[in-house]
Amino acid sequence: MTPALLSGPPPGNGMEGYAAHLQRLGPLPVGTPVLIDVVERSGLRGKGGAGFPAAIKWRAVASQRGGKPVVLANGGEGEPLSRKDRTLMEQRPHLIIDGALAAAGAIGAREIVLYVGAEHSDAIRAMEHAAGERPRSERGRLRVVSAPVRYVSGEETAAVHFINAGLALPTSIPPRPFERGVDGRPTLVQNVETLAHVGLIARFGDAWFRSLGAGDASGTTLVTVGGAVPQTAVIEVAHGTTVTDAVNAAGGLTAESDAVLLGGYFGGWVESSQAWGLVIDPEPLRTQGHSLGCGVIAVLPAGRCGVVETGRILAYLAHESARQCGPCTFGLRAISAATGRIAALTSSDGDLEHIQRWAGLLPGRGACKHPDGAAGLLGSALRVFADEFQSHERQRRCSAAAAVAVAS
Amino acid sequence: MSDRLTIAVDRIKCDGHGVCADLLPEMIELDEWGYPIVRPGAIAAAALPHARRAVSGCPTLALRLEAIAARR
Repeated sequence: MTPALLSGPPPGNGMEGYAAHLQRLGPLPVGTPVLIDVVERSGLRGKGGAGFPAAIKWRAVASQRGGKPVVLANGGEGEPLSRKDRTLMEQRPHLIIDGALAAAGAIGAREIVLYVGAEHSDAIRAMEHAAGERPRSERGRLRVVSAPVRYVSGEETAAVHFINAGLALPTSIPPRPFERGVDGRPTLVQNVETLAHVGLIARFGDAWFRSLGAGDASGTTLVTVGGAVPQTAVIEVAHGTTVTDAVNAAGGLTAESDAVLLGGYFGGWVESSQAWGLVIDPEPLRTQGHSLGCGVIAVLPAGRCGVVETGRILAYLAHESARQCGPCTFGLRAISAATGRIAALTSSDGDLEHIQRWAGLLPGRGACKHPDGAAGLLGSALRVFADEFQSHERQRRCSAAAAVAVAS
Repeated sequence: MSDRLTIAVDRIKCDGHGVCADLLPEMIELDEWGYPIVRPGAIAAAALPHARRAVSGCPTLALRLEAIAARR
């Protein structure tokens, strides 16, 4: 596969400067409403986790009348297992800025906010440097905002809330950001990788983008492959290739594996035997009950316990709850505590039964999707690690040799 | 006005007082922490007066009536 986003200088070279970027890719065409149709035909979907078609979002923002729209490039990569957004921001900041400018042109926005997680200090430096390299007419429209270190900071209403009021906590919807966002204006919140794809689609067109995909699938995507591989790797894969292809591109397996965490903490566990053949493409994955999420493929090595890993992740998610909504504050805390007891072989009567029931009670009962994500992860664990949950709860036995985390 | 209405809960405003479950048991039960679980589907016509009372009786004004088709 010819890389698209990550073509050009190798990763070791660091950030690609503006002159080199322009020399390699040529000038960025001016964004006009026609680009919305091009993006629609390209089949581009959001890369932040939800996989929503980009063009539908753009149209929704462009059709609002609440003032001049704003583009918010979302680089608040809170997912602990994902590295792809920060990698892209560090290496190809100009591609992201191009995409944001093109999107702004298409939807009639002027102001662009580059929202970058504070913990990604190299990414912030690269984005700031890149913004400073731009001609004055563009530079004046760009603003880098550093997002607080928190899982929910990258949630779109939390991002808007932080930029408006200094609080990176989700807000109730409606209004959604496309209706009222930054400064009360219609706001396009789009993941930085999605925008980087736009930077290329604006130049080379939708047919080019579609041709990058394998089979019926369209385009490429960044994935973070971790766990039982030589080292955590961010790679660009063609949509339509398989999980096996991605693992091999990351250097291949370093251990046997029974389960893969697909999509990160908001994704779900899949038996490895089933995971290897899954095609990396958000829609087909969704119809099979999986989620590509933000592109995390974490391979659990044999010898590590899926129940322990799940307990660890739920503890993290419970801790990261914004504690604004009751079901998330109390329900997720209870789920995390009970799963932790099961994992530690100290469960009390009914813990397993309780978490099975509570998993069904969380979805749709928060202002944001935090409880839904945690419930989905737990549901997948209860299916994939059903025997291990039983053995933990009934026999007080953990089959893992060493309970060391891939998910930490 | 739509005849297909449901109860929408602003989960941030909701403090789990539980008044809604008392006033609109046809549609709302509480989880073990006292927060509302809304039954799916439209509110029956006969229950609409109760639903309106639940909306106006919520101490934190966390409830509203919403047309089902308008939900995203």
